[in-house]
Amino acid sequence: MNAPVTLGAPAFLARYEALKGGLPGDSALRASAAAAFRAAGLPGATRDRRIEAWKYTSLRPLAEISFAGPAIEHRDVPLDIGIPSLVFVDGVFDAALSASVPGFACFADQPDFGTLTWPDREPLVALNTMLAEDGASLQIPDNVDAGVIRLVSIASDGGSSHPRHLIRLGAGARLTLLEVFGGNGTYLHNPVTEVHVAAGAALTHVRLQNESTDAFHLATLYAEIADGGEYDGFTLSLGGRTTRFEIHALLSGPGATAHLNGAQLLSGTQHGDFTSVVRHAAPGCASRQTVKNVLAGHSRGVFQGRIEVARGAQKTDGYQMNQALLLSPDAEIDSKPELEIFADDVKCSHGATVGELDAEQLFYLRSRGIPDAEARAILVRAFLAEALDVVKDDTVRGLLERSVESWWGRQAA
Amino acid sequence: MLEIKDLRASIGEKPILKGIDLTVPSGEVHAIMGPNGSGKSTLGYVLSGREDYTVTAGTVTFNGADVLAMTPEARAAAGVFLAFQAPVELPGVNNANFLRTALNAIRRAHGESELDAIQFLKLARAETKRLSMPDDMLKRNVNVGFSGGEKKRNEVLQMAILRPKLAILDETDSGLDIDALRIVADGVNALRGPDFSALVITHHQRLLDHLVPNRVHVLAGGRIIRSGGPELALELERRGYTDIMAEAA
Repeated sequence: MNAPVTLGAPAFLARYEALKGGLPGDSALRASAAAAFRAAGLPGATRDRRIEAWKYTSLRPLAEISFAGPAIEHRDVPLDIGIPSLVFVDGVFDAALSASVPGFACFADQPDFGTLTWPDREPLVALNTMLAEDGASLQIPDNVDAGVIRLVSIASDGGSSHPRHLIRLGAGARLTLLEVFGGNGTYLHNPVTEVHVAAGAALTHVRLQNESTDAFHLATLYAEIADGGEYDGFTLSLGGRTTRFEIHALLSGPGATAHLNGAQLLSGTQHGDFTSVVRHAAPGCASRQTVKNVLAGHSRGVFQGRIEVARGAQKTDGYQMNQALLLSPDAEIDSKPELEIFADDVKCSHGATVGELDAEQLFYLRSRGIPDAEARAILVRAFLAEALDVVKDDTVRGLLERSVESWWGRQAA
Repeated sequence: MLEIKDLRASIGEKPILKGIDLTVPSGEVHAIMGPNGSGKSTLGYVLSGREDYTVTAGTVTFNGADVLAMTPEARAAAGVFLAFQAPVELPGVNNANFLRTALNAIRRAHGESELDAIQFLKLARAETKRLSMPDDMLKRNVNVGFSGGEKKRNEVLQMAILRPKLAILDETDSGLDIDALRIVADGVNALRGPDFSALVITHHQRLLDHLVPNRVHVLAGGRIIRSGGPELALELERRGYTDIMAEAA
């Protein structure tokens, strides 16, 4: 009675075969991405193919779910917080829900896969390259301050979407990009974003991953920062069943700066992976990273951070810190910091801390009459408040703080 | 009234308190003096419910209630307040929010209505002014970046706002200049009344000039070895602990 259902990598490949005639952009690039994806499969889904970069995160659960193509449903318009928004529903631009933003074009109309991505090395990037239908292309001209723009991706139950975004800031340009992810039910969000920050430009990129509890969120970001440019990234991960944010930052010009900060709040059986590779390819660049994890229940957090300093990248200043607060004996954090240095005049440091709530702080609060559960909540909030402090824009930080509060409310319920 | 009977407590296997008997009637201030390592701070911690210590024997009642059976927060609601010798820093926790949360938790426990942010700030500003503290103390994170003296004053501010019935001051005067010392003494004196009592742990007679105790107790080796009136503090200042311990032995 039931037709056999194709799952996992073969299902995605079958979808590519069905759609490939109508997909926008370079078909040869898509074909080679499909070949790479066919060879690699979904990391962790096949026993005989192990990928070191996916040592702690297995996509076997993803391979056991049947995803339809994008099936656009009516859904709630995200909260209007007075920021011009570009809204994608199931990976496709929704003009009715979006504002008119100068410098914006749809990938579907102007397909551009960019120059920084590695479909042959990253299976999820290959999957995106093979199946991307739409995305945001945003070009901020030289010396223009574009203010704050919100990029929203919402997904429907049973769908898989592969948005392809390209953000280019011209020399001296400025932009605060607030990226928000959410949806209902079981779905896959697999966005690939490429960012170019030209000389002296500054991009503040705040990502709020608030996916449904059954969702898979596997996002990859490539950023190239030129002379004196600044990429200031912050990711708050709250949702999803299995999530990974992988960032590749290339500091290509002297004096470039990258901030790759983030916080993950995981509970239940959530799995959250924060992976980053920073490459210092030019002298005098700085990278800063603090990632905080709050892990409750049986959740598992992963942090993989790598700083690469190329030959000749003297006066590099690299700093990386991963902190985890374990709220349950069954929670787990896997932390893998790496330094690879080929220059001799550099300052690089990294560290990791794992702990429970501080007993002395807890007693201090309780001795003032604050009940145990409330005292614990205060200390967890304080741990996160320090992480969120780096987000300078008040409206954006306020949104993140409210998201943390509602996450906390859901845990208490 | 605080009644401590044969209180014994250990940390790990090591006994610290070896049978304390002490009664502090309501309305009285008692000073506890004694050499380092005699168990003074342990007594403060045990009375406020710190879990690192194991009470192995004895009883503590406060106004008839069994203190040792209560959680730290229940003790605070019953009116017990410990001014810490080393106040704890709480990065990311705003001092005003902390104080309001504490006050409201205690008010809730008493079935009283909670104060909103505006009502609370009015109260807190009045207290900071009375204690000659800068307003910005309320805006900063709890004890983070505070000098030693500011941390002690912040303890006094908490005491002034929470209005305990039993205040235990653990060397709150240590490291303070004369002006700050007076603030600590004034903070306690302002609360003095028929329903308030205090245990003041100190090394120095100086505080007791401003905060005249009803009784002075000498704690050594985990026991109270001598008790007397305010004049005992003067005698200790003059003769040191060694003589008095030798007499008691």
